Amino acid sequence: MKRRDFLKAVTAAVALPEAFVSLPSFAADTIKVGILHSLSGTMAISETALKETALMTIAEINANGGVMGKMLEPVVVDPASNWPLFAEKARQLLTQDKVAVVFGCWTSVSRKSVLPVFKELNGLLFYPVQYEGEELERNVFYTGAAPNQQAIPAVEYLMSKDGGSVERFVLLGTDYVYPRTTNKILRAFLKSRGVTDADIMEEYTPFGHSDYQTIIAKIKKFASEGKKTAVISTINGDSNVPFYKELGNAGLKATDVPVMAFSVGEEELRGVDTKPLVGHLAAWNYFMSLKNPENDKFINMYRDWAKKRNLPNADKVVTNDPMEATYIGINMWKQAVEKAKTTDVDKVIEAMAGQTFKAPSGFVVKMDEKNHHLHKPVFIGEIRPDGQFNVVWKSKGLIKAQPWSPYIPGNEKKKDEPDSN
Amino acid sequence: MNFIISHLLSLLLLLVTTSAAAALDPAVLRDLASDDSDKKIAAIGELLASGDKQAEAVLRAMNDNALFVANDRLFYRVDGKALDAATGAAFPDAPDYADSVVVNNRVRGKLQNALAAFQLFNPDRDARLAAAKELQSNIDSSLIPVLKKALTLEIDPQIKKLLVLAHAQAKLHSPDPKERLVAVRTLSESNSAEVKSLLLSLLQKNGDTYAEPDPTVREAALAAIKSIESHLAWGEALSNVFSGLSLGSILLLAALGLAITYGVMGVINMAHGELLMVGAYTTYVVQNIFRTHFPDLADYYVIAAIPVAFVVAALVGMVLERLVIRHLYGRPLDTLLATWGISLILIQAARVLFGPQNVEVRNPDWMSGSIEVLANVVLPWNRVIIIGFAVGVLALVWLLLSKTRLGLYVRAVTQNRSMASCVGVHTGRIDMLAFGLGSGIAGLGGVALSQISNVGPDMGQGYIVDSFMVVVLGGVGQLAGAVWAALGMGILTKLIEGWTGAVIAKILILVFIILFIQKRPQGLFALKGRAVYGGV
Repeated sequence: MKRRDFLKAVTAAVALPEAFVSLPSFAADTIKVGILHSLSGTMAISETALKETALMTIAEINANGGVMGKMLEPVVVDPASNWPLFAEKARQLLTQDKVAVVFGCWTSVSRKSVLPVFKELNGLLFYPVQYEGEELERNVFYTGAAPNQQAIPAVEYLMSKDGGSVERFVLLGTDYVYPRTTNKILRAFLKSRGVTDADIMEEYTPFGHSDYQTIIAKIKKFASEGKKTAVISTINGDSNVPFYKELGNAGLKATDVPVMAFSVGEEELRGVDTKPLVGHLAAWNYFMSLKNPENDKFINMYRDWAKKRNLPNADKVVTNDPMEATYIGINMWKQAVEKAKTTDVDKVIEAMAGQTFKAPSGFVVKMDEKNHHLHKPVFIGEIRPDGQFNVVWKSKGLIKAQPWSPYIPGNEKKKDEPDSN
Repeated sequence: MNFIISHLLSLLLLLVTTSAAAALDPAVLRDLASDDSDKKIAAIGELLASGDKQAEAVLRAMNDNALFVANDRLFYRVDGKALDAATGAAFPDAPDYADSVVVNNRVRGKLQNALAAFQLFNPDRDARLAAAKELQSNIDSSLIPVLKKALTLEIDPQIKKLLVLAHAQAKLHSPDPKERLVAVRTLSESNSAEVKSLLLSLLQKNGDTYAEPDPTVREAALAAIKSIESHLAWGEALSNVFSGLSLGSILLLAALGLAITYGVMGVINMAHGELLMVGAYTTYVVQNIFRTHFPDLADYYVIAAIPVAFVVAALVGMVLERLVIRHLYGRPLDTLLATWGISLILIQAARVLFGPQNVEVRNPDWMSGSIEVLANVVLPWNRVIIIGFAVGVLALVWLLLSKTRLGLYVRAVTQNRSMASCVGVHTGRIDMLAFGLGSGIAGLGGVALSQISNVGPDMGQGYIVDSFMVVVLGGVGQLAGAVWAALGMGILTKLIEGWTGAVIAKILILVFIILFIQKRPQGLFALKGRAVYGGV
């Protein structure tokens, strides 16, 4: 046999059975679902845990018999914290792997980059992270918080007596779309509450900034002008570790100048000595320290999963809000598919309206009938010496999302539901 | 003096006797656990007023999140034992999962002041001093009796001074304008930003009325604020210089190794940042070894990490030099691409070995916290120590280069490679050793970086550009140039940052360096004499 013929034969032998095996299995037994989270690059610190949560939830669903008798088959891709690559990988998931749904994205810029793909190919994306709002897409379900489910209640708490009757605010963030938009909303909100521009300081740092000396000195100075001051932090990613280290070392205590963070959870605090940070705050829709049976189950399930998968530091893994949102999203999608009796995107979107799920936060969260966002509870927690959060305030019941913030001019005319295409 | 001490003793005795006599009032304890912060604060005030030892224990447990409610009764845990809050006796069948009493910032401020107030009567001077320092913010009128009592008993002048300030703060809202005036005048002695803020709050206008109704008090407050501000201005300037120095020392540690490899051999080593990463990960591994094998010495892992990181990074550097770089001498573009490839390989290797997430490197206790030079100049220990470390590394490198035979050869090769080779210097070996030295110093830089920023696979990428900027600005092949460039860049960055914010500062620095290099391509310092480049 000539060499070339041999090669051809081998290729054919390998390729053919695979084609025979994979085609029927795709059609009959499994439903493919895509997982689109950065497993490398700057956002890996946060997104890796979401991939694990998604895989765990899928494994749980499969162990309970799958969806409509079919097993879910996860397709994991790594967009590597590279925003254009997100769009490319999304296209690959939808056209090549033909997934029924995609769970993914963290930063708003990655979500914005995949939106055109999902619209063009009529795909379905579940986005699990709190964000700045100002968006409502038919092809996306947002299981994280809109500004009125996190930022606004947090600032209201700070202005209340228990929050310290704060009158002066430092808006500190990483320089990109989410912090800038959130701070625009907050500035308008604070103005509506009588806070003047002189009492608001806005500061931005680049992604990955690691020297917070000057900023802490500025905050100290700003705080010594006769009014109770607080910091609203929208710092994202691993910059938070040097920020909190500096904060602790500089002796800026929570009883004097509290820092309220929107992107810092249990996961981000893992690398920090939290003893000097006791009392600084975070606002979320879920905390690991919440005590209820659903949360116990969720935490134990993730711990077992981490041990089984041999994740690094498996004995010390923590759960956080975007992980909970991922868990809710996948389960709600399953319920919607079972209701629609098909994975067809249009029918599932219809069936998602009004879905409810008993979430690890201890509340039965509900998908809004129209606006693709969840009705969620809001919690405000203070950092404990062990890196967990003590809940010091919670909303009375669920809060409906307002993706179009009423504090941005022009939004009052926008509809509370996506345009059908 | 004797009189005072005996007074103190009798008071202590009194405290002891009262605690033995009665249990805490259950109504007060119930308020302590209520959901209403006002009630909690009132209960803390009552417990403080009682002066009871048991009350102190309960408040301490509350501050540590160790005070729990079970069936309407309060108990707390100390050293794993459950104790009854009212009496301090053992609390049988304490449930494992009880709700701890929630403390928010408002309550915590009062709670910590109350705990400090208890400590004001501690016979140990340091404990009293720490307590007096704690009692410099969130002071309200409920603390007046305790502060008065402490003032009459205190003999140490330093503590007394702090107590006078605390007492004046508590008196700021006294109904008697004369008392307020005295308080404001006393506070003009202070040099803390919090007191300034407190005095400014008296001048706030609420509609047509001022927070402080009496105009003479307002005038005095204005004068006091001016006096405090003049104290503060010094501190601010000092902090700015310090943060510039600190950034400069970090830049220097990151760039020093590069100054040697780039300066000596003209190798554009894009993997330099990854050698910093190797040093930082070595620190992490050493930390873990200490934690598991020598838990008693865990606080000193950093010291052990210094030589280990040097050796590991130097070995990695030498292996790279032998395997790849030496084949590419004199071809700067090829070296650039090859070392960039190596940097990607090293990043991926770290990801495979340690996972894609950042790893936790904890500051040892002796590097945490800060030293207070002036009231508003707080220097974090880790930064102070890193500045010292940078000076030490610099001195070592200087000694090595100027006082040893290896240094002589390295300098000879830097100045004129072919001539050095002619007179019998084994340039290949010198190249390897110099590259190893440069890499090892990068490893040391990694140890320092691990103490202030994140340790992750990509950490080196953030420093490579800064390092090259320092080396180019300083003048290639010049140690002194690197030092001045690093310090200059550090201080300049911090000055601009204070004025424009971090994002613009980064851009301005880059623009400045481009302009500077246009004007002076050889950098701050240039090699004098018949230096020959590229003559391999």
